[in-house]
Amino acid sequence: MLDDAAITAEDLRGQVRDFLAAHDPETTERMEFVRARFDAGLAWVHYPPGLGGQGLPRTLQKVVDAEFAAANAPTSRPERNAIGLGMAAPTILAFGTAEQKERWLRPLWTGEEIWCQLFSAPGAGSDLANLATRAVRDGDNWIVNGQKVWTSSAHVASRAILVTRTNPDLPKHQGLTYFSVDMKSPGVEVRPLRQATGEAEFNEVFLTDVVIADADRIGAVGEGWQVSTATLNNERVALGAFTFPREGGMISFSARTWREHPELRTPGLHDRIVRLWAAAEVSRLAGERLRQQLAVGQPGPEGAGAKLVSAKLNQEIADFEVELLGAEGLRYSDWTMRRPEGADFYGRDAGYRFLRSKGNSIEGGTSEILRNIVAERVLGLPSEIRLDKDKPWKDLPR
Amino acid sequence: MEGSAAVSEHTRANGAAAQDGAAGPGLPDMTYSEHETELRSAVRSVLEDRAGFSAVLARTETAQTYDTGLWHTLAAEVGCAGLLVPEELGGAGASFRETAVVAEELGRSVAPVPFLGSAVLATVALLSAARAVAAEEAWASAPGALLADLAAGTMTAALAVPFPTMPGNRPEPTVRVGSSVEADGEVVYQLTGSVTAVADALPADVLLVPGDGVPYGLYLVRADEAGVTRTPAVSLDMTRQLCDLTLRDAPASRIAVGPHADQAVLAALRAGAAMLAAEQLGMAERALDVTLAYVKQRYQFARPVGSFQAIKHRLADLWVAVTQARAASRYAAACLADGDQDVPLAVALAKAVCSDTALLAAQEMVQLHGGIGFSWEHPAHLYLKRAKSASIGLGTADRHRAALAGLVDLPAAPG
Repeated sequence: MLDDAAITAEDLRGQVRDFLAAHDPETTERMEFVRARFDAGLAWVHYPPGLGGQGLPRTLQKVVDAEFAAANAPTSRPERNAIGLGMAAPTILAFGTAEQKERWLRPLWTGEEIWCQLFSAPGAGSDLANLATRAVRDGDNWIVNGQKVWTSSAHVASRAILVTRTNPDLPKHQGLTYFSVDMKSPGVEVRPLRQATGEAEFNEVFLTDVVIADADRIGAVGEGWQVSTATLNNERVALGAFTFPREGGMISFSARTWREHPELRTPGLHDRIVRLWAAAEVSRLAGERLRQQLAVGQPGPEGAGAKLVSAKLNQEIADFEVELLGAEGLRYSDWTMRRPEGADFYGRDAGYRFLRSKGNSIEGGTSEILRNIVAERVLGLPSEIRLDKDKPWKDLPR
Repeated sequence: MEGSAAVSEHTRANGAAAQDGAAGPGLPDMTYSEHETELRSAVRSVLEDRAGFSAVLARTETAQTYDTGLWHTLAAEVGCAGLLVPEELGGAGASFRETAVVAEELGRSVAPVPFLGSAVLATVALLSAARAVAAEEAWASAPGALLADLAAGTMTAALAVPFPTMPGNRPEPTVRVGSSVEADGEVVYQLTGSVTAVADALPADVLLVPGDGVPYGLYLVRADEAGVTRTPAVSLDMTRQLCDLTLRDAPASRIAVGPHADQAVLAALRAGAAMLAAEQLGMAERALDVTLAYVKQRYQFARPVGSFQAIKHRLADLWVAVTQARAASRYAAACLADGDQDVPLAVALAKAVCSDTALLAAQEMVQLHGGIGFSWEHPAHLYLKRAKSASIGLGTADRHRAALAGLVDLPAAPG
């Protein structure tokens, strides 16, 4: 098994070399280069042939990425399209029609189309299945009305994945349907949602009589919950796959300040920074151990815990950093409302990190919901009492 | 022992990753190999049979707190005593990865056997002492001969240092080397002094005693000699009963001297701290398992208590803590196995994290069992006592964090 993989890795290196010979990374225009890379099956090798891949094990992707990086090749700027690549694409691959995959995956991977995620609604945060955005059938189309909230990148996205309620008479999980929507459609209005840091990384999205073709439905009518669950599972995999070197991430700022400013040190803070440094390093090792298990086909449930740990750790470290800085911790770079392109947990100063980290235990599943998931799916403890499971959605108290 | 070829194969496969360096991208393998999983099953089946809770609990109130019969089975039949001993001496030639798996299992069952003292602390000290002499004579030396006896399970040894000794701190010199006489061509030294709170020395046949003199050395003393007194201590953890050792002109042979003795003791304490961390991981896992089983079947207010979110969330947090501790413990075992330069950091990290986690797990075990968890008949207190004692053994979490601070350049507050 390992020998086969080794041969294939060498094959892949050869493919990349041939590709680079045919497409000079120095002179080829960036978009032309990344489109050609997709067409050569060197985009995401675990995707099927014809859709940017070669149906290979996911673990081989790093071989290809390393070769392109070594050649200093133009990239698809994947950091701009995290939701598209991490969540929309695997969902389209699993539930989309052949025509949808053909139409959406290439511009998604190349970064020509940035995707966002229209899931959370004002009345549906942790209780996502309670969402109220309505889609009503109209011939070959659907008419969508409602409001979504906490949407990252909606102001730069050209497409979105969207969950709607298509049958309010059924219990909440059963009446949902999943779509892809063009963010330029008439009736889609994106408004900045300003957060505690002063800027608006997120948006509110208002949908008023938005027309979506039935051809853009992903999965069957009423199957929206199953499709959404697949999307959210991919979100947790993506979060768990994050990797950095020793003393990378949030702890790097505090460790540097600690070394450069002996005058800020106290015995109590010393105890705290050493504890936090240790916890950060252990969390890094646990993440790496999780990846090792996945690589040898021992997928563990530890992924659900990784986000719980990182949220708590980010908050504790950022809280520490502001206190360590003392007088400087009292200053803040800039409260001006801005709309950054993507999420940034670390940017700017300690005050920003302190405030931004508070979102870590809320976004992508609150820590409380994640503890429920660990308790129920990993530890096998009884599930929460559900008063709403069998009642028609329209009759639920709200 | 079977599978030792597979063990060395495994070790070689990991050598390349270790060369990437301590903090670098190529972290060593932290998963459990198939071979390790087989070893775990073999040890667990013996322990399930021979170290059930009621037997372990009952033994704590007898004169024989160590289960020498069980230890003989684990040592001689399963091969646990000779894991780290080279195959030439009848050992398994295995690594710290396998040793850690056995430590986890012994922690899970809080089994009263001298694995840590004999198969880890004494064995590593002897290996270090043997390797300090010329290579061709290493295994023919006195330490080599004793290693063969340990691996065969015919002898048990202990390193005579106070259990709380922190790796890197030379143990307080409390034993003095007196006059020496030559008998049958061998130099016999006489040791006088005392060492308090020694772990796993009660069932030991041989004691490795750091002795102060000119020069400092590591000495081998037979426990049954006149002049050797071991006074059992009523210990917080009676599943690893301590004793106070007194030597009065006890005859001893020297197995390492000066820097070699220091190196032997340091290597033993470091490896011991890492394997104790693995034991703590095992304790934490079992405490979580037992508690989970209990909250699923204990009904109050007409529902399993495990259905209350206050309970579920605590157990979810504990599970997360155990997954973190497992990564730290596996990393330390892997670094030791590969001889990685990151060993000092990895051991400090593992002992600090696993100490806290085992203690947390034992405390949660008591609390989440309610009244029964506070009773003598329930094993929760065995875990509480073992976890607290182990958290002090071979360096507290605080001392290991202090060591870590030095290693990663996070200096203390001035003045």
